[in-house]
Amino acid sequence: MSARLFSNFRRTFCLMALSTLFWTLATHAQTPPQPTPDASQPVPLNWPPPVHDNEVFEYLNFNQLEGRITGPQPTFRWDGEGWIGTNKNKLWLKSEGDVSNGTMSDGDHEALYDRPIPHLRYFDWQAGVRADLDSGPKRTWGAIGIQGLAPYFFEFAPTFYFRDGGHVAGRLEGSYNLYVTQRLVLQPQIEMNFYNKPDPARGIGTGLSDLDSGIRLGYQISRKFAPYIGFTYSSSFGETAAFARRAGQPAYSSSLVFGVWIWR
Amino acid sequence: MMPGKNRAANRQTSRINHGRRRFVQGIAAAGVVATLSRPTFSESLGGETLGAEQAVLTGDRFDLVIDSLAVNFTGRRVMATAVNGSVPGPILRWREGDTVTLAVTNRLPVPTSIHWHGIRCPAEMDGVPGLSFAGIAPNETFVYRIPVQQNGTYWYHSHSRFQEQTGIVGALIIEPRDKEPIEFDREYVVLLTDWTDENPDTVYANLKKQSDYYDYSKRTARTFFSDVKTRGLHATISDRLAWGRTNMSPTDLADVTSATYTYLLNDKPPGANWTALFEPGQRVRLRFINGSSMTFFDVRIPGLPMTVVQADGNAVQPVTVDEFRMGTAETYDVIVQPPADSAYTIFAQPLSRRGYARGTLAPRMGMSAEIPPLDPLPMRTMADMGMGAMAMKEMKKSDMAGMQGMPGMDMAQMNMKGTQNGSMPSMQMDTPARSANSGTPSMEMPRAVRISDAEQIGIKPFPQPGPHTTRLVDDRPSSPIAVHRPPAMRVGPASAMVAMDPTARLNDPGDGLNQNGRRVLTYADLRARYPGVDGRAPSREIELHLSGNMERYVWGFDGYRYSQAEPVHLKLGERVRIVLINDTMMEHPIHLHGVWGELENGHGEFLPYKHTIVVKPAERVSYLVSADTRGRWAYHCHLLYHMKSGMFRTVIVS
Repeated sequence: MSARLFSNFRRTFCLMALSTLFWTLATHAQTPPQPTPDASQPVPLNWPPPVHDNEVFEYLNFNQLEGRITGPQPTFRWDGEGWIGTNKNKLWLKSEGDVSNGTMSDGDHEALYDRPIPHLRYFDWQAGVRADLDSGPKRTWGAIGIQGLAPYFFEFAPTFYFRDGGHVAGRLEGSYNLYVTQRLVLQPQIEMNFYNKPDPARGIGTGLSDLDSGIRLGYQISRKFAPYIGFTYSSSFGETAAFARRAGQPAYSSSLVFGVWIWR
Repeated sequence: MMPGKNRAANRQTSRINHGRRRFVQGIAAAGVVATLSRPTFSESLGGETLGAEQAVLTGDRFDLVIDSLAVNFTGRRVMATAVNGSVPGPILRWREGDTVTLAVTNRLPVPTSIHWHGIRCPAEMDGVPGLSFAGIAPNETFVYRIPVQQNGTYWYHSHSRFQEQTGIVGALIIEPRDKEPIEFDREYVVLLTDWTDENPDTVYANLKKQSDYYDYSKRTARTFFSDVKTRGLHATISDRLAWGRTNMSPTDLADVTSATYTYLLNDKPPGANWTALFEPGQRVRLRFINGSSMTFFDVRIPGLPMTVVQADGNAVQPVTVDEFRMGTAETYDVIVQPPADSAYTIFAQPLSRRGYARGTLAPRMGMSAEIPPLDPLPMRTMADMGMGAMAMKEMKKSDMAGMQGMPGMDMAQMNMKGTQNGSMPSMQMDTPARSANSGTPSMEMPRAVRISDAEQIGIKPFPQPGPHTTRLVDDRPSSPIAVHRPPAMRVGPASAMVAMDPTARLNDPGDGLNQNGRRVLTYADLRARYPGVDGRAPSREIELHLSGNMERYVWGFDGYRYSQAEPVHLKLGERVRIVLINDTMMEHPIHLHGVWGELENGHGEFLPYKHTIVVKPAERVSYLVSADTRGRWAYHCHLLYHMKSGMFRTVIVS
């Protein structure tokens, strides 16, 4: 039994040695002068492509990174977005929120798959999830929307959200960069939120619930770093406003803001 | 080890004095000093002026070493990639008829390559990683062997990632086998480059994330009010709206500008004032090479007319101009004859009109002339957006170039039309030798070879047109041309614009050069000195659209990036017409490796041979190609970041 195994092994070994020898001979025979490559043959697999035109890039941008001064207690607010991906496939991350007096509100965080819309030059569609994570009760939504550059250089992003219980929400964001000089930029901006059903636990009523608008004037020390000052006006409407008043908060506020636009 | 190496050329021939290529280093250059010259070449001229010979390598065997090198062009010490320890690399001088051997050793930690731009060579010697070979791995040496079958001014550069931007560029001069037909007393290479201290990967990433990152000439509220003052409120608003509708910018002249670039002339920033010497009355040949990565230069020497004698290495009928535009990778040889014992400024302003490259022609070191002010920033017009009717209005009646490249029209017909057109130099089909302008020796008449003979000769690469070349005459009955067109272009993420009525504007010098009071070279002025060698009519026409979306920073052909597209196939030996239609708002210098492109600019048998053809915004340009060299060839936009983002195709000749 063991002898047969051994002889099998020996035969296999001999075969391997022979084939190695043949292989060595064969490859050695090929080495001499470079043959004129036949262009109709495929490019050898170990060659790199002549250009890598679909590399992965990462982007992180804060449209708002600012202190808002309204009354005695300043509010810190951020609104940032970033992506990682290629020309055609990107993962977008968006996050915004307010922190005031140790409590966080308006916390909205999204992870979206993004792809250019065929036959449109400047718009992408996006789909993914949104999580409302702040000091209030948590909510999770599905999200689908578009984002891009509308004619006349308007940044424009309408998104629909939906979650269990038939809740549907909409958000409309827009902004415009007006170059006063080559480095001084005036940016009007607006964000509006709509809901089809009330969510009293988060202080949200039906219809147009709230609006956040602002105008900011920034100076681009470099393209990626621009301190700004601005003025914002936020307001809640209808039922949402009523919820706010009941909680002892103003239905609208205006504030002076100081912040910085940064991206990388 | 390096035969013929580093020979500072100073050879006197009967009329030609190659050499005394001197440059001054950092005179009054306010902290702007390049640290590149090696002691072997420097030569003290006394006082504060340091002169040095430009490194020139001659012979038929070259050893080139690619390594990193610390440089300082802007006051900041940064790392570059260098050839034999210099940025740009040494001037290589080859001789037509030699077979040159170039051993290129890579001392970088990453792969590298050298491509010989405009050189007709076997495909495996072309130096494009991924098409010709695998590239040169770190610590490896690759030996190029090239039978030199042409002459003229060319250049070389790395074809690996962004190494061209970081310094692997150099001039390549090929002396003709026969007597130089161009008379001159001295010659200098004028290599224009754009240098950035930023990492090119960062430059590229910036463009990908914010395409107008380097545009500091944008329209602003301030320019709005000044426009209202000059043009009126209504015109200003309607113009802004017209551009706004498509989210395009009329100030989008260059993707990368002086916001990061310092423009160099033979490795010297403007403050260092590179200087070339002459004696009054001498004929000086300047070999201009645009070795930049992203810059179109408008070149002039105020007070000195320039006679263009060569374009892309090929002799052209001398044409005297005040100024010419150089697309990236183009070369032009000019003759100047400074009459006076005074200095002249060589001035090269970028299309984006900020910053400039500058040098001086002077009888003695240490002189300088006035530097002219930059021209006003050009604005893109509706013609650049392909609004054909408006473009037509701008064209002079004599623009016969507009008739070029129309499908189904054979060459004979075109020549007829050309001849009827009074503005063009007269063309005679059977007497190619045209009486030359002053200073041009008369030529022997080339003997025509008929196609039936040629077919027996078999397929071998056509020679570069010269005094002794013959023209292959097509004696077959004309057959219809098969036209290959891409599906109709549509706007989308990969193409922000489709030119509605693209027209040839070959007698338009380009944006910013019209009505500037100077005589500016146009493509219509380029008439080859020798008749083309392949007189066959094209059997096929291949139409390609140059496409892109500036906002997304995506560029390609026909709306597709390199990695999304199939190669273009040409049959070995066939003659094709390539029609390029520019569906973007920028100029693209399109370079086809391995074979010549004969620009169809209405000069009949005397079409200029070019390796790089600039297609202006919304322009339609056609050229003829003899697919006479087997191989996989790169075909791309020579704006480095356009190529990188996908404006690249493989052309397979088999």
